[in-house]
Amino acid sequence: MTMSWKTWLARAAVAGGMALAAGAATAQETIKVGILHSLSGTMAISETTLKDAMLMLIEEQNRKGGLLGKKLEAVVVDPASNWPLFAEKARELIAKDKVTAVFGCWTSVSRKSVLPVFKELNSVLFYPVQYEGEESERNVFYTGAAPNQQAIPAVDYLMKEEKVERWVLEGTDYVYPRTTNKILEAYLKSKGVKAEDISINYTPFGQSDWQSRVSSIKSFGSAGKKTAVVSTVNGDANVPFYKELANQGVKATDIPVVAFSVGEEELAGIDTKPLVGHLAAWNYFMSIDTPANKDFIAKWHAFTKNPKRVTNDPMEAHYIGFNMWVKAVEKAGTTDPDKVIDALPGTKQANLTGGTSEMLPNHHITKPVFIGEIKDNGQFDVVWKTEGLIPGEAWSKQLDGSKDLEADWVKLKCGNYNTKTGKCGGA
Amino acid sequence: MRRWLALLLALCCAALAVPAAAQSPADAAYGRLASDSYGDIEAGIAALATTGDPRAGAVLRALADGRLLYRADDRALAIRDGAALADARTGAALASADGFKPVRVNNRVRRAIDAATGTLNLVAPDPATRRAAAEAVFKARDAAALPALDAAIARETDAGLRRTLQEARAAALLARPGTPEIDRLGAVDALRERGDGDAMALLRGLAADPAQSVRDAAARAIAGIETRLAIVANVQNAWYGISLGSVLLLAAIGLAITFGVMGIINMAHGEMVMLGAYTTFLVQEGFRRSAPDLFDWSLPIAIPLAFLAAGAVGVLIERLVIRHLYGRPLETLLATWGISLILQQAVRSVFGPTNREVGAPSYMSGAFDLFGLSITWGRLWIVVFAMAVFVGLNLILKATSFGLKTRAVTQNRRMAAAMGIRTPWVDAMTFGLGSGIAGIAGVALSQIDNVSPNLGQGYIIDSFLVVVFGGVGNLWGTLVAALSLGVANKFLEPYAGAVLGKILLLVFIILFIQKRPRGLFALKGRAVES
Amino acid sequence: MTGSRLVDGKGAVFLAVLAAAAVLVPVLNLTMPEGSPLHVPTYLVSLLGKYLAYALLAVSLDLVWGYCGILSLGHGAFFALGGYAMGMYLMRQIGPRGVYGNPVLPDFMVFLNYKELPWYWHGFDIFPFAAVMVLVLPGLLSFVFGWLAFRSRVTGVYLSIITQAMTFALMLAFFRNDMGLGGNNGLTDFKDVLGFSVQAQGTRVALFVLTALALALGYLVARAMTVSAFGKVLVAIRDAESRTRFLGYRTEHFKVVAFTVSAAMAGVAGALYVPQVGIINPSEFAPANSIEAVIWVAVGGRGTLVGAALGAVLVNYAKTMLTGVLPDAWLFALGALFVLVTLFLPRGIVGTLIERLGSRRAKARLPGPAPDALAPELAEEGRGS
Repeated sequence: MTMSWKTWLARAAVAGGMALAAGAATAQETIKVGILHSLSGTMAISETTLKDAMLMLIEEQNRKGGLLGKKLEAVVVDPASNWPLFAEKARELIAKDKVTAVFGCWTSVSRKSVLPVFKELNSVLFYPVQYEGEESERNVFYTGAAPNQQAIPAVDYLMKEEKVERWVLEGTDYVYPRTTNKILEAYLKSKGVKAEDISINYTPFGQSDWQSRVSSIKSFGSAGKKTAVVSTVNGDANVPFYKELANQGVKATDIPVVAFSVGEEELAGIDTKPLVGHLAAWNYFMSIDTPANKDFIAKWHAFTKNPKRVTNDPMEAHYIGFNMWVKAVEKAGTTDPDKVIDALPGTKQANLTGGTSEMLPNHHITKPVFIGEIKDNGQFDVVWKTEGLIPGEAWSKQLDGSKDLEADWVKLKCGNYNTKTGKCGGA
Repeated sequence: MRRWLALLLALCCAALAVPAAAQSPADAAYGRLASDSYGDIEAGIAALATTGDPRAGAVLRALADGRLLYRADDRALAIRDGAALADARTGAALASADGFKPVRVNNRVRRAIDAATGTLNLVAPDPATRRAAAEAVFKARDAAALPALDAAIARETDAGLRRTLQEARAAALLARPGTPEIDRLGAVDALRERGDGDAMALLRGLAADPAQSVRDAAARAIAGIETRLAIVANVQNAWYGISLGSVLLLAAIGLAITFGVMGIINMAHGEMVMLGAYTTFLVQEGFRRSAPDLFDWSLPIAIPLAFLAAGAVGVLIERLVIRHLYGRPLETLLATWGISLILQQAVRSVFGPTNREVGAPSYMSGAFDLFGLSITWGRLWIVVFAMAVFVGLNLILKATSFGLKTRAVTQNRRMAAAMGIRTPWVDAMTFGLGSGIAGIAGVALSQIDNVSPNLGQGYIIDSFLVVVFGGVGNLWGTLVAALSLGVANKFLEPYAGAVLGKILLLVFIILFIQKRPRGLFALKGRAVES
Repeated sequence: MTGSRLVDGKGAVFLAVLAAAAVLVPVLNLTMPEGSPLHVPTYLVSLLGKYLAYALLAVSLDLVWGYCGILSLGHGAFFALGGYAMGMYLMRQIGPRGVYGNPVLPDFMVFLNYKELPWYWHGFDIFPFAAVMVLVLPGLLSFVFGWLAFRSRVTGVYLSIITQAMTFALMLAFFRNDMGLGGNNGLTDFKDVLGFSVQAQGTRVALFVLTALALALGYLVARAMTVSAFGKVLVAIRDAESRTRFLGYRTEHFKVVAFTVSAAMAGVAGALYVPQVGIINPSEFAPANSIEAVIWVAVGGRGTLVGAALGAVLVNYAKTMLTGVLPDAWLFALGALFVLVTLFLPRGIVGTLIERLGSRRAKARLPGPAPDALAPELAEEGRGS
């Protein structure tokens, strides 16, 4: 017994020592890139894919000769879906591992948790997921969609193509659905939709019993007006939600459901035959037929050694973000965060769907918006897309608090400039 | 008479069209289908349905299945059937698929197809097809379908089907401008008898009807339907509650053995459920690869396998870890928590962190109608299955010699050993039984929830609450607790919302335990007094 | 009776280590140049501060579990409540520096269209009020909860499970955006505490020293309680509650007092934790967090106080290290650690050390549970009732 715990302690000490030694040995020869995605816990389901995508992108860049004549080195940590741990790991990446940029986070709360760290230690974060907007920070580059790049075009499509007059805004109770629904409610009302034709409902995280909700959606939908569901239901809860929709026979031809958080990855866990025709709005779909996308998918399959792995929207966001970062570093000739932050706005990068995305002064990017219908093979069929690319808006024009705010890190050097008072808010 | 007129009209049209464009209406309709504009395709479908072209049905079916292809340059249309390709207009085989792309379908097009095939299928030989067609026409509310409906009603022999057709006709009549008042009243009657949400939706549309009598009749019908729906809603809630309760029961019943009977605070219980779900996934994967036709058998086969897999892991855990901890119940919590972390990560490493697809066999898909109550087959089977597991487990514990030994060992280990019972063997088997039952629960839960490494975490707290609320060591308590929590949850949900409802229930359980510190059905006797 | 001294041998070692850390870490952080091998980087200061806050939580849990047999699976709730009280103070300190520039309302209220501050937010802009709330909120909850539960003689696993239900219910409640406490995002983006920027090096060091002091104080309070006559009754309750009751003690009163003091201590830990990690959100209420805290105590050694603190630091150090070194497999290592400790170190690290190092006399005065007392249920059954 004495032996066992002593050996154990000895081993732990050795492991810790090795970690420190490994950190010291390679510090000079490479450019380090931090990857801050949960590999365990509730968010692992979504974020692990992004870690793999980043490793692939870095490997590819190294094959092309690295960056500034040095090899890139990925530093992977596991913040374990634990929000304070995100901040701790971010600090570790920047202060201890000396990474030059970090690609990471999925949930808004994880981003909010690491924000102060990035500001304090002055580093760069690329955030690849669609989010609620209402933020523009000097150290963060938002490569996912802002609400105006996803939610509003989707609602426009439903009004025009499906002649929807009655709306169920169904979401998980957290900040992204709350804000998105607030924006959508204001937008719908501005289009003449009456208050009684909008039903907003929130369910908790991981909701697994959807019987009552689906049945009340059905009864809300039987009021004689064409009804649609706008779903901001989060990750885990979607599979049971869609299974219940299928079982209760809510067909896309009767009550279409348009989702903002359901992509190829989420559908991989469901039999989609009963869901054909339900919609999703994204800036990328795996099914989009362009040479760049085909190439990307082929590389992904080769990298993961799994010909069935799907690609999704946040992966493309990382693809765009990573390549923009590479270009900005090359342009600045250094990985110094201040220079890279200044070099990034205006950087252009061809996206995977045939357009060219540009980093805007508000640290969001231009993106095309696609509406896809679920097909029986778990993929999406693009039924509509925007003309050209939509610039991401950090501050929603539909919300009272934010419509006077403007973000511009090039001219104004401010993320929340109040156009009415002419002052830059915050500290 | 009407049919003659239609024929005459068609002939006239044809006569006019032929010299002008040398194109029949069917040809024109086919031409519109060969497009990538949804508007054109939609119009083409509507046109095709009215031409009476003999190939229209086959073409529309192919379109719905995504098997209809078109070539943009010459507007050729083809139907793909496996590897074979046939010209859609003539049915002649085509040699090459060069330049053909699938005709794209969206919800608008799908609705048009439903309405068109509905009209076409109203006189199909198979009653189920006819019923589906009548429902599709009802939903389409298309005045153009009236002649077809009249013809179908005249031919229909099945009384129930005729009623559905009458309802569809009522919907179409109300949609047609200029329907006489008396017909509108008749339509309201037909809809009132239908009495569901769809009927009410149509009736609500009559609030602006010009005739007072129709408005009044519609209002009365709506009131009647509302009363009926309110009653149905309550029964429906009770059913949802029972179904949620069965899920809770399934999740908790294995724990009722390992925690309730053996006293092990088994935090790895959820992971046993997860292992069962992953076993189901593996079995289904096997069927998908080697025998897709027998897919419906995947669940019956997965049940014993999940029992064995989870049971074996359970026995292993008991032998390696838990047997050292008997008499230290609180420490089993720590060890099993560690085991649960290891199992989660093991599954994540082997199967990946993402959800795995577990399909529903045909007998678990869809729903049926019972007096206006919509009951999904999947949920019904889960309720039946949960009850079967409960009865089976009770029989094992009460009616077998193994069950007797289990109860003897858990009640008084030393005495049982003195009577010659191999207590270590009984311990291992009992823990294996509890784990195996959890595995079986995983088979059922894979049908309604994510199959991911986190599956078990979502049920562990609820499971402990159910067992504690029901009374530790009492299977009947677990049953009553699961069902009553399920039903209470579903009756609270419409008023308080899902989150607040759950909070209220948790608070209730906390307060209830103050009143009855040993749960609903407390075991009596010296062993439990401490 | 050296065993009843306020500071015994291991306590002295513990306090000495703590004092050394409280002096050395700031000195090495502030005076040593960055490249020096003796330099303690600022991120490490905050990290250590976090460990010490966890250690205080573990000490508070050990007070009720190790000495009174109350296995609380909901201590994370008290920790989080203290954290929220502190977080609300820090939120109010942001003032007009939020992104919307609203002088009163925190950012999340602005974009959720709150017109005015909810009533329960009033007063939190005053530090003394917030500081009192850090003690009162968890204390009140634990008092009410404990009073109900102990009076009704809810014991053993039943009590554990309902404490778990309590923290689970609170988690669901705090996740609701309608609670007006930031929902899932919680409270974050703090600017300063008592006028000092929370991100400044000096503030971080000060917070670390404060946490070390709080831990020392918490230890002494817990120690004072357990070596007093009051503590003897607690141990008696742990080992044989019915017997103690028959001797005429109102056991529920003793339990309520211990539980309330422990909860307030956990609240202080939470309040110190929040400014150092920069966020408080409802996942702190997650039942898994409370279970983890129990594990720290078990790893370090139940019923030793020092062990609880040591366990918290060790397990969290292991977690920090493993999530960096073995991001794909650290759960295997952590899981194995828990299993192995329960199997091979049933008394935890400190408990085992004392057992091995100490003489027979030391063993006899070990305040930890006697072997059969680890299973009060069985022990009591053995004695017959």
